[in-house]
Amino acid sequence: MTRIVVVTSGKGGVGKTTTSAALATGLALRGFRTAVIDFDVGLRNLDLIMGCERRVVYDLVNVINGDANIRQALIKDKRVDNLFILPASQTRDKDALTQEGVEKVLNALRDDMAMDFIICDSPAGIEKGALMAAYFADEAVVVTNPEVSSVRDSDRMLGILASKTRIAEQGGGDIPARLLLTRYSPERVMRGEMLSVEDVQDILAVELLGVIPESQAVLSASNAGSPVILDTDSDAGQAYLDAVARFLGEDLPHRFLTTGKKGLLGRLFGGQ
Amino acid sequence: MSIFSYLLPKKQRTASVAKERLQIIVARERSMRGGPDYLPQLQEELLAVVRKYVPVSPESVNVQVDRDSGCEILELNITLQDHQDA
Repeated sequence: MTRIVVVTSGKGGVGKTTTSAALATGLALRGFRTAVIDFDVGLRNLDLIMGCERRVVYDLVNVINGDANIRQALIKDKRVDNLFILPASQTRDKDALTQEGVEKVLNALRDDMAMDFIICDSPAGIEKGALMAAYFADEAVVVTNPEVSSVRDSDRMLGILASKTRIAEQGGGDIPARLLLTRYSPERVMRGEMLSVEDVQDILAVELLGVIPESQAVLSASNAGSPVILDTDSDAGQAYLDAVARFLGEDLPHRFLTTGKKGLLGRLFGGQ
Repeated sequence: MSIFSYLLPKKQRTASVAKERLQIIVARERSMRGGPDYLPQLQEELLAVVRKYVPVSPESVNVQVDRDSGCEILELNITLQDHQDA
C-alpha cells in the first residue's frame, strides 16, 4: 500500500524541503520505492537540495497538463536506489495545480510506478499549493522551529490538516500528524533562551517524530546538493536517520536534546 | 553560564515568556477555529449599526462564539472610546 505523506509547516524557511529530501532519501535507503514531489510551483528548490537541478526536463505541471508522462518527468536519484524526484514548475500560473491533476499524478505514482511512499514537499503559507500538497495525504509531518511564529503557524496548519484533507472531508477525521522540531539548540534551551521540545509539545500536543539539532551540516549539505541524511557522521544526519526509523515504527530514544556534561572548570569558566 | 553570570542581575528567561504568549494566542485561535463563516460579516454589520449612534473603531469590536457543553454562546464585546458628552 502506498503511503502519501505531506511535509508542511505554514511558516517558510523552517526546513520543509531539507526534511522532505532527508525523509525521502532515508526511506529509499531502507529499500522503499519513494517519490518526493515539490509542490512549490513558481519557486522550485527541491531539485537544488537533491542535487538534480541540471537534470530537470519535465515537471509536476507538465505531467498534470499531459505534456509528459510520469516516467518522463521523474528524475531517478544517482546515489540512492528506489529514490525519485518530481520537480515543481517555474510557471507563475497559480492555477496550474488542480485537484484532479494532482490526484492523477499521485495515482500514476502509486499504480504505474508502484511507489511505497510519496513525500509531498509543501510550499510555505496556506494557499493553494500548500492545500494541494496536503489534500491527498494519509499522514503529515509538521516541521517546526522552536520559535514563536513557527509554532503558531504550525498550530494553524494542524487545524487546516484536521479539516482540509480528502480523508477529513470524507469523514475520516484528522490524519495522523507528527512533529519534527528543527534547528534545535540544547545550549540555548538550557540558558532559557529557546523554547524546549517539551514546551513545543505542550503547546501543539502532537506526537514527536524527531528533533534535528541546529547544525552546520545542513548548509554544507544544501551547498553540495546532497541530502543531509547522507552525511551520516553529522548530528543532523543521524537525527534524520533516527526520525526515519521512528517514522517506520521503530521505538528509538530522542538524541541531541542535551549539551554534553561539563566538568567543574568548564562550568565555572565555560561560557558555551 | 560562567560564575560571572551569577553575579549579574538575572534577565527574565525569554523562553518562558515565549511559551506563555504562545499558549494564550494558540488557545484563542483554536477557539475561533471551525466557528461559523458568518462571523466576520456579522461583526461588520453590527459595527455599522453601533456606529450610527457612537463612534467606534473596528478594532474595538470582538465577536466570539464559545461552545459549552451543548450550548453555544455568541459573545459581543464593544469597547467604547472615552465618551464626550454631546
